[in-house]
Amino acid sequence: MKQNDSYEEFIKGIWRDNPVFVQVLGMCPMLAVTNSAVNAIAMGLATFFVLVGSSFLVSSFRSWIPKQVRISCFIIIIATFVTVADYTLLALVPKVHKELGAFIPLIVANCMILGRQEAFSSRYPVRLAVMDAMGMAGGFLLALFSLGAIREILGDGALFGIDLFGENFEPWIIMILPPGGFLTLGVILLFFNWFKLKKDEFLADVAEAERSGR
Amino acid sequence: MNAPAPSSLRLVLTLAIAGLISGIAIIGIYESTLPTITANKARELREAVFKVLPGVSEMQQLVYRDGKLVATEERRKDEQAVYGGYDRAGDFVGYAIPAAGPGFQDTIGVLYGFTPKQKRVVGMEVLESRETPGLGDKIYKDADFVGSFSALSIEPNIVVVKKGTSARPNEIDAITGATISSKAVVRIINEAHAEWSERLPPVGAEPPLGETDPVTTEGSP
Repeated sequence: MKQNDSYEEFIKGIWRDNPVFVQVLGMCPMLAVTNSAVNAIAMGLATFFVLVGSSFLVSSFRSWIPKQVRISCFIIIIATFVTVADYTLLALVPKVHKELGAFIPLIVANCMILGRQEAFSSRYPVRLAVMDAMGMAGGFLLALFSLGAIREILGDGALFGIDLFGENFEPWIIMILPPGGFLTLGVILLFFNWFKLKKDEFLADVAEAERSGR
Repeated sequence: MNAPAPSSLRLVLTLAIAGLISGIAIIGIYESTLPTITANKARELREAVFKVLPGVSEMQQLVYRDGKLVATEERRKDEQAVYGGYDRAGDFVGYAIPAAGPGFQDTIGVLYGFTPKQKRVVGMEVLESRETPGLGDKIYKDADFVGSFSALSIEPNIVVVKKGTSARPNEIDAITGATISSKAVVRIINEAHAEWSERLPPVGAEPPLGETDPVTTEGSP
């Protein structure tokens, strides 16, 4: 039973309540840094670290933090993790840090992170909070990676900087420019909504069949 | 959750403690990553200098102070500096000069190698650029363009011409589709050259390689 609970909290962020494709949160880094798969993964991992770390702390201290100052406390915790991620990336992978630029400090303003603290971590025990954070951050990472991969393959003819199509491929440069981000995201959101529509129709059909069969 | 409102003191204390812990954590991470970050920056600069000045094995920072170049590691905020490159025997080879100016999107920062004896640009490296991916970024990704700075006459200045039409030693081909970015790079170098040519000492009077260790800090141009 308990196992199922945490599994459910984890999987909902990856798919059913995916922060990007379903909740449409965190759009700013989503569109800005997904021009290559490597950048997308670096951004996803930094966000993962910040979200899981903050959720753990917020959940651990949830009975200590008076609710009048909870938002400020959440922001302090998140900002500290963001600073840690910022310096760590700068020290370990300066090239990636240069590409991501201002978007690492801006993780602090990612509404997905503050939203999870307010909606989940500050109300549930640590184990569930961490599972929820891992699911949400995993879903965010997955979304960033799919966008980054699609845009890099179409816009640069490569994945992780490895050439895929050879000399004759004419890259769609627009895909790695800002409009490409909007186009790709739009198509993916279209797919998710279509999928949800089909699923609802299917469930309605099943319910109908059950009722008439009885 | 519905307990009576906590006292202001408790609220202030909570925030103060949170701020204090956060501050300590940030100082910790700053102190522990600083050596790596400075080392990375210094290494990047060294590599760039060695790339734009072929045949160089030692470098030192030369700060323009009181009308002449001084070999020193210290540089105040308002002072400008170039990097002197020396060969294995310790003889002066050329200057690596950092320069920056507006590009198509944002500031482009370049470092170029200049040998005063031949009055030639011998190499160019883009240090900083936000030029359009796929088009403007060819100023550092296009090997032909970067290579055309390897033996370029800079007197009276560099001229950008249409692709495939460069004939004179001071002409280079513009990049198709990135004319503005390629012109910007050349303009930045021309302007920096005009500025520095009055400041650099006469040929043969360059500051000798000092005893000090090669530059390690404050390298950003």
